[in-house]
Formats: sequence, structure tokens, C-alpha cells
Amino acid sequence: MRVWHFSEMAYPQAWDIGHRMGTFRVTVPNSHYDPVIGADIYERHFAEYELCDELGIDIMLNEHHSTLTCTNAAVPLAGAVLARTTSRSRLLLLGSPIANRPDPVRVAEEMAMIDVISRGRLEMGLVKGAPYEVAPANMNPARLMDRFWEAHDLILKAMSTQDGPFNWESENYHYRQVNIWPRPWQQPHPPVWITALSPRSGRAIAERRHVAAALLSGGIAGAMFDGYRERAAELGWAAPPDRFAYCGLVGVGHTEEEGRRRADEVAGYVRTSPIVAEPFTNPPGYNPIAANVALLKMGPTAFGARVQTVDGRTIDPTRATVQEFIDARTVFAGTPDQVFEQIRTFHREVGGFGHLLIMAQGGTLSHDETCANLRLFAEEVMPRLDTLEVPENRWGEHAERSAAAQ
Amino acid sequence: MSEPMELKQRVIRDVTVAFLEAGRGRPLVYLHGGFGLTGHEAFIGHLAERFRVIAPDLPGFGATELPRSWNVVDDLACFGLDLLAEFGLDDALLAGSCLGGWVAAEMAVRSTGRLRGLVLIDATGLKFGDHLTREITDIHAMGEGEQVETLYADPSRARRDTAAMSDQELAALVRNRESFALFGWKPYMHNPVLRRWVHRIDVPALVLWGEQDRMVTTDYGRNWAAALPDATFELVRDAGHYPAVEQPGASANRIISWSEETVS
Repeated sequence: MRVWHFSEMAYPQAWDIGHRMGTFRVTVPNSHYDPVIGADIYERHFAEYELCDELGIDIMLNEHHSTLTCTNAAVPLAGAVLARTTSRSRLLLLGSPIANRPDPVRVAEEMAMIDVISRGRLEMGLVKGAPYEVAPANMNPARLMDRFWEAHDLILKAMSTQDGPFNWESENYHYRQVNIWPRPWQQPHPPVWITALSPRSGRAIAERRHVAAALLSGGIAGAMFDGYRERAAELGWAAPPDRFAYCGLVGVGHTEEEGRRRADEVAGYVRTSPIVAEPFTNPPGYNPIAANVALLKMGPTAFGARVQTVDGRTIDPTRATVQEFIDARTVFAGTPDQVFEQIRTFHREVGGFGHLLIMAQGGTLSHDETCANLRLFAEEVMPRLDTLEVPENRWGEHAERSAAAQ
Repeated sequence: MSEPMELKQRVIRDVTVAFLEAGRGRPLVYLHGGFGLTGHEAFIGHLAERFRVIAPDLPGFGATELPRSWNVVDDLACFGLDLLAEFGLDDALLAGSCLGGWVAAEMAVRSTGRLRGLVLIDATGLKFGDHLTREITDIHAMGEGEQVETLYADPSRARRDTAAMSDQELAALVRNRESFALFGWKPYMHNPVLRRWVHRIDVPALVLWGEQDRMVTTDYGRNWAAALPDATFELVRDAGHYPAVEQPGASANRIISWSEETVS
């Protein structure tokens, strides 16, 4: 099991205004951002990532725009910094919101540079981006996934073509001389990761054999992984655990109370992240027609984020307790033993996964507390994760039959 | 009102098109706005007392197909010209509301060969001000309540009961919203090229505007009229962005009297 640390580099100093405005995204004026405080925020997060490099924890970065919950606005920039200041950790950029980036060849160049600077430590995340990312990018939400897959194909071709230039003139992208310098260190291209919510998306990722990552909701993860495994089996291969990743919040302490207190602060992230003004939560065309029809049938209660616990309860993440988040597998918290047991249970529930993305910092958790959280996880929990038994792949036989028939 | 209207279907160059047809007389093709044809039936009924009205669901809206490759307003404009040809219409009036008005203008810039006049009702499609001036309200940055306040003089006229709607009707609502974005997201609800060519619209035009339109104001409407070679500007009282929905009779009567005075 590989373990990756992730933080959104939040700006909690302005969260009061976010609560007052009823949104943490898109429309909060940046007069509420102080660049001096902002510089300290970057400093501490880079230091925490550099600690991960010492502890043997890999690094995950992401980006969001126009928001108080994430000041990492350009994932390749943070990735470039860490490519220079770390030496062991793999660097997962999860990811670049490629359907919102007008120039996929530029994305390929950024990724290739980080891969070369880090001497082959890049893991390349290509993501759809959350619905509220559409407004800051002002890219058309209709047919966004068409753009996503086309950008994906173009980026991989740009990275793996060594006898260019090549031509790419299509509905969405127009180039006549694609020939990136540098080309990536890893051949033919760095590993690709994609985040997903639905079984349907899991199936699409399986067709490319990329890593599928689920974030923050155990209920979503299991079904999405199963969609992937089923599609892989249809195509004649049994998807191994290293094709699956799960991101959960972590608070570990010498006592249960200390672990839960840390988790409670980290959970500031999930409590604020879904607070978004209504029009930006579901831009037209972002979700499939059937999903929107289902939302309309639910009526006004459809708006607002919800998370399912494993026993079928629905919780409101903006005000959930640590225990409720533990029940939803959003949070792993307590002593090292308790955290390990929670992860082991979840790992079994979803049929296994090879990457655990831990949010060991979120919300207001301080630098010192974050370092303590990371150290304790690295020393007391991480070594035990390699002992986890991989559950049997329910689609293993199906995969063998498909392979034999091919 | 004349005969009851039912949604008919016709295939136009491989696209199955749903449309309302009613009345007799000079042909009048009516193109709906960004939220579809629903709610515009009474207006069409009033027009049908004088005209042969043909009101299609535009591709991607209501029950009309959207070919996979179509994604720009030019597609809708050329489709509209094909529709005029397919129905064999000549000396027709072409009317459009909101997005439909934009499409009508795009059609007329390409050819007025089958047209006798153009009616733009709270039409989008042009930009007059500088880059810092937003003339077309960003409807996609509003919740549903605020949208209704912006679009209607009397928001109670916009009430809809989604709980009572069939899956098919709900799917049409969702398709309308998605296609509205597809064709009008960026540049937002206008075509910078169109303004260079509106001088080609060599038929008389009526620019009809809801007095309380907060999506595109009456000033925007007056600019539209001024940009056309031969246009009359008229206001509809107690109406917002959709005079055809809020004042179906008065709006239809303005069009009828304008056509009698101008194009008969």
C-alpha cells in the first residue's frame, strides 16, 4: 500500500466571510486574502510535504480556483517546487482540470517538465474538475466530458510521440506542430490517475487501465471500484489493487481523544468545501440528463451536499461530527490501532485498493499538529498497511473467461 | 384562438424536428428562447388567428434531436434556413425570442430570400458595450429564484410544478438548459461576428421588447433596433424577458398590426 499526503492549502483566516456570504467559492472578493498570510501558508505546506519526503510518504497535490478552501491555484507550480525540494516521494498531481484548460499541449509540457526535474517521480492526474470550477474557467459545461477525453488523448499522444511534430485538428483542439520539449522521463508517459464518482466513470477509466481515485466518501468508492473491476473483467484482465486509490481524512493521536481532536480540525475542509452558491453547484450540461432529471424529481432537498454512511444514513457534511464522518469512511481517526482497524475494515468493504491518500492536514490544523499527525501515521500505521490482505476480486473468473475468449 | 395545437414531427435533413403548426395565411416561423417552447402556446394561438404559424423546437431543445457534432449558433441558423426550404415557405415572417431572436438574425444575415420581415423579441446575439460592460445578465450565475425575478415582470407567471411533470417533460427542461449553455456559453449569448453583418438584413424588422426585461434591458433592445437597416422598436408593458409568455395577446397584436402596416 502506498500512502500519499494531501492538503488543499486552505485559507481559514477568511472562513468567517465565507460563512457570512453562504459561499466559499467563486464570488468571495479577494480583498479578504492577505498575501503576507498567504506566503506563510505556502511555506508551512511545502515544509509539511518535505517532511513527507523524509517519512517515506508520497505527495499529492490538487488545484481549485477562486476559493478560500484551496490556495493551490496551479497544481504544476506546486509540483515544480516540490520536484526540486524533495528527492524520494512520488509526486501525484491530482490533478490538472484538463477540460477547463484551453491548451492541453501546455498541460503536457508542464507535466513533462515536472517529470524530468523530479527524475521520473511524477504521477499525472487528469481530472474533470468540480462543477464550481466551470465558472472561474468560463469553459462550456456542456460536452465537458467530450473535451476531457479528447484532451486526455492529446496529452498522452504529445507525451509519447518522439517522431513529431504531429498534427491535431479536431472539434475542440487545433494544432499543426505538436512536438513537446522536454519529453517525459518515464516512458511512454508517467502513470495516469483520474478521479471519479460513478460506476460509469469507473468503467471508462478501466478501458484505459489508469488509476481510479475516489475521494472522501466510502459509499461512492465501493461502487465506482466495482464498475472498474467489472469493465476490466469484460476486457479480459483482473484489475489489481494498484489501480485503485481512496482519499480520506486522518487524525491519529497517542490517545483516541487526541486523534479525534486532530480529525475534527482537519474536517474543517469537508465542512466548508461544499458551501457553494447554488448556481455554481450544477452548471448546465455538467451532469448527465438522467442525473438532472433525478435531481428535479427530488425537489428542493436535492441541493446541498450529502454523504452516505455505510449503514445507509445520510449526513450533512457541513455540520457532521467526527463519528459521523468515520461512519461514512470520510475520516479515519483515533489511536494508531483504531485508525488501522478503520482502514482495514474499509479496505475489505470496497474490495481492496493500493493507494491511500491521507488528508493529514485540513481546516485549521496547525503546522506542529500536522507534523505530529504525519509522524505518528508514518511510524505507527503505515508499516502495518502492507499486512492488509487483498480481498478476492469478485470478477477474477469473469476476467479469465473473457481473456480466454479473446 | 383557432384550432388546437399538437406537436408534429418532420425530418429535415436527418434531424427529427418537433414543431407546432397552427392557422392559415402568411407563414410565420417562431423560434423560441433559451428555455424552450413551453409557455409560448397562447402566443402562438393568437398569432395563428392571422398567420400560418410554424414553431419548431430548435435542435437540442424540447423534443427535437441534436446532431452530435452541432455546437455553434451557425448550426441553428443553417438548420433554420433548411427548415424554411423544407416547408417551402416564401414571403415568410421570421420571429424569435431571446436565443431564438439571435438565431433568426443569424439566418437573416445569411439569406432573406424567403423572408418578408423579421421580428426580434428581447433578442440576444449582439454586444454593443466595451469589454468591462456586461449587457446580457449572467443567468447561469443565478439560482432559480433569482433567474425568475430577472426574467419575468411578474415571477408568479413563471411557476412550474416539477413534481407534476413527466420524466419526458423533465428531460426536456434539462435538455433546454444544457443546449442553452452549449450554444451560448462563450462568447456569452452573442456572436462578435454578427454585428459586422447585420446590415445585410434587407427586410423590415420589428424589435419588440418587454418593458421590465432585466436579462437584456430596453436600452439593449433600442441598440438592436438601431443596428438594423429598417427597424421599428416597440415596448410591451407589464412584461419581462418573455413578452410572449407574460402578454401573449398584446405581443401577438403588436406583431399583427406591424405586419399590416409594414409588410402587407
